[in-house]
Amino acid sequence: MDQLLQFLISGLTVGSIYALVALGFSIIYNASDVVNFAQGEFVMIGAMSAIFLMKAGLSYPLAALLAIAITAGVGLALEKFAIEPAKNATVVSTIIITIGASIFLRGAALLIWGKEIYGLPPFTSNNPIKIGNATILPQNLWVMLGTAVTVLAVKYFFDRTKMGKAILACSYNKKAAYLVGINVKKMLLVAYGLSAALGAAAGLLVTPITFMSYGAGVMLGLKGFCAAILGGMGNSMGAVLGGILLGIVETVGAGFISSGYKDAIAFFVILLVLFIKPSGILGKGEAERV
Amino acid sequence: MKRLSGFAIFAAVCLLLPVIFPDNYYVTVVGLTIFVNITLAVSLNLLMGYAGQISLGHAAFFGLGAYSSAILTIKYGLNPWLAMIFGAALVLCLSYVLSRPILRLKGHYLAMATLGLGIIVHIFFVQADELTGGPDGISGLPTLSLFGVPIDSDIKWYFVLCSYMLLSVLFSLNIADSRAGRALSAVHGSEIAAQMMGIDTAKVKSYIFVFSALMATIAGSLFAHQQDFVSPESFSFFFSIELVTMVVLGGLGSTFGAVMGAFILSILPEVLIVFEDFEVLIFGLILMVIMIFLPEGLFVSLKNRAAIMLSKRESGS
Repeated sequence: MDQLLQFLISGLTVGSIYALVALGFSIIYNASDVVNFAQGEFVMIGAMSAIFLMKAGLSYPLAALLAIAITAGVGLALEKFAIEPAKNATVVSTIIITIGASIFLRGAALLIWGKEIYGLPPFTSNNPIKIGNATILPQNLWVMLGTAVTVLAVKYFFDRTKMGKAILACSYNKKAAYLVGINVKKMLLVAYGLSAALGAAAGLLVTPITFMSYGAGVMLGLKGFCAAILGGMGNSMGAVLGGILLGIVETVGAGFISSGYKDAIAFFVILLVLFIKPSGILGKGEAERV
Repeated sequence: MKRLSGFAIFAAVCLLLPVIFPDNYYVTVVGLTIFVNITLAVSLNLLMGYAGQISLGHAAFFGLGAYSSAILTIKYGLNPWLAMIFGAALVLCLSYVLSRPILRLKGHYLAMATLGLGIIVHIFFVQADELTGGPDGISGLPTLSLFGVPIDSDIKWYFVLCSYMLLSVLFSLNIADSRAGRALSAVHGSEIAAQMMGIDTAKVKSYIFVFSALMATIAGSLFAHQQDFVSPESFSFFFSIELVTMVVLGGLGSTFGAVMGAFILSILPEVLIVFEDFEVLIFGLILMVIMIFLPEGLFVSLKNRAAIMLSKRESGS
């Protein structure tokens, strides 16, 4: 029982990170019908920038904010230079373009930051808190809290603000959005920037627990993609739920079966979901237009 | 025979190269890698280019072939050819069972499923260390012999891998011009339209999936014997992506495009060795730039350009 509680705590922590990455996936997917395989690289760039800004002598909060801004800039550049020029690309082409972008960003990170593994200090003290026989680190709480606040903020942005609604309008029908005076190009840029910033936030939250290196974004990105599909592609809150669920299933599975197969369990779950209900747990079945 | 004249020239060049340059590193060493990669790219192109089904896990089948050969020959002392057949039979069953549920998916979902499959197989290679030797892999495969002649030198391997590569290219060219190939391109164009024309699209797609997997598996077995060593690294998610890059670079749906893409990407690391750290960056850049600006691929756009120039000259004269 205690063991299960411990697994739930770790699962919820990892799941929160997957949730943020998945949320980024679904924002971009909604706005532009593109599955952005470079989402994991945003996580890595956010964390690595913060690490090196702190090394350069900046304070933690300042480095974190600047890192988020840098990553958002990378997101904007991705939209401007890779997605926008390939306007009429097919699904397969956009998948390959974003895979190319992810490899490119990883290559750039390798050149700038090298191959070493880095960490960030925890946000506050690192004394474990005891709950029964399970322990929880303050940073685990920070991850959950940070995720919860970010998700609520994103929800508020899309539900209540004019700009959020404008992005949603683009996702329903670009032409119609354009006709009612929405600047579609700008909204796409905002969506990519926002999604990149979310990735960076995930990176900042998780690095004090798991460390970071130039290649660490790949798996996080793929898991985020899994989570987005699990929750139903394009359903933002579904993506969040999918992320948390995936984190818990993976950690509990790894705990009871074998930790070496942790990643395999996540992908196995996704294959099952795809074979049985490809539209995800919260997704609606879609009809194909001919 | 005009249809296959391009192939005849290609085959002649491949077979004559080692005769002209018997001791050239690029021919007898890099050449072997190039042939394996060409075979894999051509097999992936059957699925991606002809049938329009993306696969981000093709390296899994390549790896299953290599590991089947290594495990069955070393741990169970099986004859190498028998081991190869067992490996192929295993992949035949596996890919057939998986083909229907996987190929029912489209677009992103298909990408995710094939990617997941590739990663699961790779993790299995790393984790099942009693069987696969874990991250260290397995070495010391027995020598393969053909008609009593042991294949034990680079030059002999050159002809073996070259023959297998030429066979797969020929197979791919022939399939494109057959009834099955036309069915495939109909599926690529519009699956629903193909169904309306009476094509059993699920069957066509699953056959090509199995064929493509089998070609990669046998390439894997040969690769394992030639390298005398298998390790999980050669069959990772990144290698699957590299294979996709080869196909896309040359031009989706063109056999010689896949050949050209595989050739360029296999020779590139040798040329780029001076800028070792830049390799990843350049790789990503190629993938993006080609897809954005030359979505039909290098080979296809070069061919089209040549055709336009020729027709201009003819109409001018």
